[in-house]
Amino acid sequence: MARHVIAAVDELPPGTRKFLEIDGRPIAVFNIKGEYFGLMNRCPHQGAALCEGPLIGLAQSRDPGEIEYTKLGEIIRCPWHGWEFDIRTGQSYCDPRRFRVKAYPAHVEPGASVVKGPYVAETIAVKVESDYVVVEL
Amino acid sequence: MNIQFRENSEAASPLTTKTAIADCDIHPARATRTELYPYLAKRWQHHLEVYGVHAYQGMMEGPPYPKAQPNASRRDAYPPEGGPQGSSLSFMQKQLLDPNNVQLGVLNPLNTGQGIRNHELSAALCSAINDWQIDKWTSKDKRLKASIVVGNEDGLSAAAEIRERAGDKNFVQVLLLSRNVEPLGQRRYWPIYQAAEEAGLPVGVHAFGFGGNPITPSGWPSYYIEEMVGHSQCQQSALASLVLEGVFERFPKLKMVMIEAGFGWAPSLAWRLDKVWQRLRSEVPHVKRPPSEYIREQVWWTTQPMEDPERREDLFDVINWIGWDRLLFATDYPHWDYDEPSRVLPAGVSEANRSAFYLGNAKQLYGIA
Repeated sequence: MARHVIAAVDELPPGTRKFLEIDGRPIAVFNIKGEYFGLMNRCPHQGAALCEGPLIGLAQSRDPGEIEYTKLGEIIRCPWHGWEFDIRTGQSYCDPRRFRVKAYPAHVEPGASVVKGPYVAETIAVKVESDYVVVEL
Repeated sequence: MNIQFRENSEAASPLTTKTAIADCDIHPARATRTELYPYLAKRWQHHLEVYGVHAYQGMMEGPPYPKAQPNASRRDAYPPEGGPQGSSLSFMQKQLLDPNNVQLGVLNPLNTGQGIRNHELSAALCSAINDWQIDKWTSKDKRLKASIVVGNEDGLSAAAEIRERAGDKNFVQVLLLSRNVEPLGQRRYWPIYQAAEEAGLPVGVHAFGFGGNPITPSGWPSYYIEEMVGHSQCQQSALASLVLEGVFERFPKLKMVMIEAGFGWAPSLAWRLDKVWQRLRSEVPHVKRPPSEYIREQVWWTTQPMEDPERREDLFDVINWIGWDRLLFATDYPHWDYDEPSRVLPAGVSEANRSAFYLGNAKQLYGIA
């Protein structure tokens, strides 16, 4: 599994996302409250650029009239048809049995370990004293 | 808003088909509120500024959007130069027409001036929309063809608009909406059908409209999702009315296109109509043949929204009843329930049927060489 350095931590503050292509695959990496998540930027339903949608919460109801709104900012909603996926797992809330978006592990590595490799860091100028967001693919 | 776009977000999905297609339901939008003014007499510009429009339907304070997505549209369809989704020809070319190899695109403008109580204003706005469709769209891209929008509640002025545009190759159909003041088969609408038949133009009936009646036969619903499924109920009533009032009998060369209301319900509606017609025929003796015959001979169907049953065989059963020669592919661009051409048809369709579905039927119906 190759590890790709995709941004310095400063470039991806909480609430933002970065779009990139790795090995021909469209990927987006999100910073959700300091945690990093990578997702395939293609909706498994009809192929829209899924990760361009808004980040919303999850509306659930045990009984009519009772609505729970949780996971705020952790659900991505497709810009075309509004299908909802959990950023943490890629799970669909519309049709979890058939549809799941590919999720990629993303985390932070210190510059010193990034310099040692094994990483692919073609576009990022790596400095030992910085931290970097790394995606595994 | 926490929306962020890729720099090249206008790029189409990499999975688009390269086969030439027709898109029979595209919604062009006005970039600004006053974009129609150059096509409107000063008298009507003044009227709009002073009095606005007076619709049949209440609860029109503010736009009835967003519904599901801003302007009920794809979030990636905002033109880079600004303005609402669907308001830029160059962006439409880049996002829809070029990457999907659209050979024929039929424009169906909404919020045009149909369903307005002041019939003179309605006619003036519709005529302005028609001029605007030529100026802004069809004269600038030959793949695009316009629908003649008419002031639907006044059959006579609507017929006059159709006759004025007849023979103009910029136009390929007459556009009505499904929700009118009365069911579409009634006499007040007949001049529209007569003029369309004379002009050799199909009449498209697009879901929506603000005729003042609830979308469901049982009243105003609570949720948008009920409105979404209500469109097919509405279209069923419109089609039953067209058959039972004798429109198809009276205008045998008339062709109707049911736009954006699904088609899975077509067989069951026809079966129900045939069954009760056998028992109640003497009430409507002007309906001389089983209702299903008129429907199968004179009705075409656009595909967005396409039914998506779990078993593809169920979909094929429905289409086999309707006829593979009766379906017209549509994306509904730029609206949020857009259908991606490469993803809508399941495997197992013959090459001849696929090609009719995506292009051939539309070219034939709309008379495009």
